[in-house]
Amino acid sequence: MIRGGGHAGALRFLLTKTVKFILVLATTLLGLIAVTFFIGRVVPIDPVLAIVGDRAPPHVYERARQELGLDRPLAEQFVIYVKKAVTGDFGNSVLTTNPVMTDIMNTFPATLELATLGTLIGVFVGVPLGVLAAVRRGSWIDQLVRLLGLVGYSVPIFWLGLMGLLLFYAKLGWVEGPGRLDVTYSYLYTPVTGVVLIDTLMQGQMDAFWNAVSHVALPACLLGYFSLAYISRMTRSFMLNELAQEYVIAARVKGLSEIRVIWRHALRNAAVPLVTVIALSYANLLEGSVLTETVFAWPGLGQYITNSLQNADMNAVLGGTLIIGTVFVLLNLLSDLLYHLLDPRTRR
Amino acid sequence: MTGAPLVQQPSGARAWLLSPEPASRWQARLGRFYLGWRAFSKNPLAVLGLGVVLLLILVAIFADLIAPYSPIIGGNLRTERLLPPSAAHWFGTDDLARDIFSRVVYGSRTTLWVVMLVAIIATPIGLAMGTVAGYLGGWVDTVLMRITDIFLAFPRLILALAFVAALGPGIDNAIIAIAITSWPPYARIARAETLTIRNSDFIAAVKLQGASTPRIILGHVVPLCLSSLIVRVTLDMAGIILTAAGLGFLGLGAQPPMPEWGAMVATGRNYLIDQWWVAAMPGAAIFVVSLGFNLLGDGLRDVLDPKAAK
Repeated sequence: MIRGGGHAGALRFLLTKTVKFILVLATTLLGLIAVTFFIGRVVPIDPVLAIVGDRAPPHVYERARQELGLDRPLAEQFVIYVKKAVTGDFGNSVLTTNPVMTDIMNTFPATLELATLGTLIGVFVGVPLGVLAAVRRGSWIDQLVRLLGLVGYSVPIFWLGLMGLLLFYAKLGWVEGPGRLDVTYSYLYTPVTGVVLIDTLMQGQMDAFWNAVSHVALPACLLGYFSLAYISRMTRSFMLNELAQEYVIAARVKGLSEIRVIWRHALRNAAVPLVTVIALSYANLLEGSVLTETVFAWPGLGQYITNSLQNADMNAVLGGTLIIGTVFVLLNLLSDLLYHLLDPRTRR
Repeated sequence: MTGAPLVQQPSGARAWLLSPEPASRWQARLGRFYLGWRAFSKNPLAVLGLGVVLLLILVAIFADLIAPYSPIIGGNLRTERLLPPSAAHWFGTDDLARDIFSRVVYGSRTTLWVVMLVAIIATPIGLAMGTVAGYLGGWVDTVLMRITDIFLAFPRLILALAFVAALGPGIDNAIIAIAITSWPPYARIARAETLTIRNSDFIAAVKLQGASTPRIILGHVVPLCLSSLIVRVTLDMAGIILTAAGLGFLGLGAQPPMPEWGAMVATGRNYLIDQWWVAAMPGAAIFVVSLGFNLLGDGLRDVLDPKAAK
C-alpha cells in the first residue's frame, strides 16, 4: 500500500524473494543430503562386503574400502558426498549396474506421467465439485465432497488399487491389467520422451496408444481420486471464504448473473490459494506413487526404490529418495513463489 | 476444598458440573469436560468414530477371547487352504490355512501398538522442539525450525522407507521410522501456539516471580499447547496407520508370521483374482479403523479448537 511504484515494488520484491528462495533451497537441499548421508552411514550392511564378498582376503577388502573412500574422516566423506550429489552422481546401482542417475532418468517419466494425469483429473473434477459444494452448502453435493474427502483420507491406497484391479480388470474386463503396455506393442515405438502416451501418439501408433491408455486408466483414476478428494475439500473451504466477502455482494447488487459472480469473481480469488493446494497434491502423488506403482507393476521411480530396497541396494534407494525429496522441495517453494506472484496483498 | 460440593440434590450432578462457581479445580475441570462431551456427543459421526476406536481397543485387549483360531498356526494345509468366507471361517482362510478373522483380530494389537508408540515418541519431540523454538526465539528458533523444515520437506513414506532400509525391516524399526517422520507438524503447531502465549501478561507475571525458563515452558506453555496438539495427533493417527500398513505391504514392517494388516494385504495380492477375500478383509479393517480415527479427530477438533472448524 505505502510503496509507490507498483512495478518497481513488484520487481524489488521478486528480487529479494528470489534470493531468499535460493537460500532456503540451498539449506534445505543440504539438509536432505545430510539426512540421506546419515542414513547411508547407519546402514548395518557393510558396503565393502557387498562388493568383495565375505571371503575376500584382508588386502582386497582394505583396497576396496579405500577406493570407496570409507577410510577417510566422516566430515571429509560428507564433503565428497555433497560434491557428488550436487552433480547428480549417486554411484552405481548394485542391482542394474547402471549409474543410479541413469536409472532414475529412465524411470522418472513413468512416475511423472501417472502423477500428472492424476493431478489433471483432480483439478478438472475436484475444483468444480468443490465450488458446487460451497455454493449449495448442505446439499447432497456438499455431503458427497465431505464423504469423498473422508474416504480419501482413510482408505489405504494400495488396497483400493487392488480392489480396483479385481473389479475393473478381473471381473468386468474394462481396463488392462498391471504394466504400462502389452508386450505385443512394446517394440512398435521408439522411446523419446519416456512417456508412452506421448511417444506412441507422436509416432502414429494408435493401437499402442489405446493400449497404453487402457493400462494407465485405472492407476491414473486411483491417483486422481486421492487428488480430487483433497482438492475439492480445499476448494470448498476457499470458496466459502470468498463468497462471504463484500465484493460478492457488490457484484450481485450490480446485477451480475449468479454464474458470473461465482465462476468469474469468487473462483478467481479462490484460485490463488488453490495453486498451492494443487502443487502440494502433485507432490503428494509423487509420494503415493511408491505404493501405486508396486500394485500396478508400473516401472516408475517408486517401484525402482522399492525394488532396490528389497535388494539392499542403498545407492539406488538414497539417490531415489534424494530426487523425490528435491522435487518435493522445489514444488513447495514454487507454489510459495506463485502465491506471492498471484496475490499482491502478500507482498509486504 | 473437598467437602463443600458433596451435598447434592438427586438431580444435582449436572448442576454441580455446570456450576458457575466451582469450589475446586477438580470440579471446574470435570465441568469443562462435561461441556466438551455434550458438544462432542451432539455429532453422531464423531461418536461413531469414538465407537470404532473403542472397539479397536477392546478387540486388541480381548483378542485371545474373540479369535476362534490361532493367528499363527494354520489348519490342515490340504483341506483348509484359501477357503471362502463361511460360518466356520468368517473371513475365509489364507494360503497357510490360517483363519483370516483371527489374524485380523490379532492384527488390531499390532496396529494399536504402532499408533500408541508413535504418538508417545513423536509428540514429546514435536512439543519440545516447538515450545523451545517459539519461547526462546532468535537463533534457536531459526535453527530448530530449519531442521523441522528439512524433515517436512521429505515425503513421509519415502523418508520412512529410507530409514527402514537403513535400520532393517521389522515392526520396531518401522515405528521408529514413522515417529521420526511424524514430529515436524507437531513442532510447527506447538511453536505457533507458543508464539501467541509467550507475550501474554500471565507469562510476564510468572517471569517476575522468578520462574526459570524450563519451568515456564514446562509448567505454563506446554499445557496450553496440548489441546491443539492432541487434536492434531488424533487426526494423524489415521495417517500413521496408513503409513505403517504401507510399510507392511512393501514387506518392511512387521515380519511374518506376525499378523499385520498391511502385510496380510500383500499376501492376498498373489491370490487376488480367485481368492479375493485374502486381500479384501485385512484392507477393510485398515480402512474402518483409520476412518474411525479421522471421524474422532474431526469431532475432537470441533470441540477443542472451534476456530479451526469450518
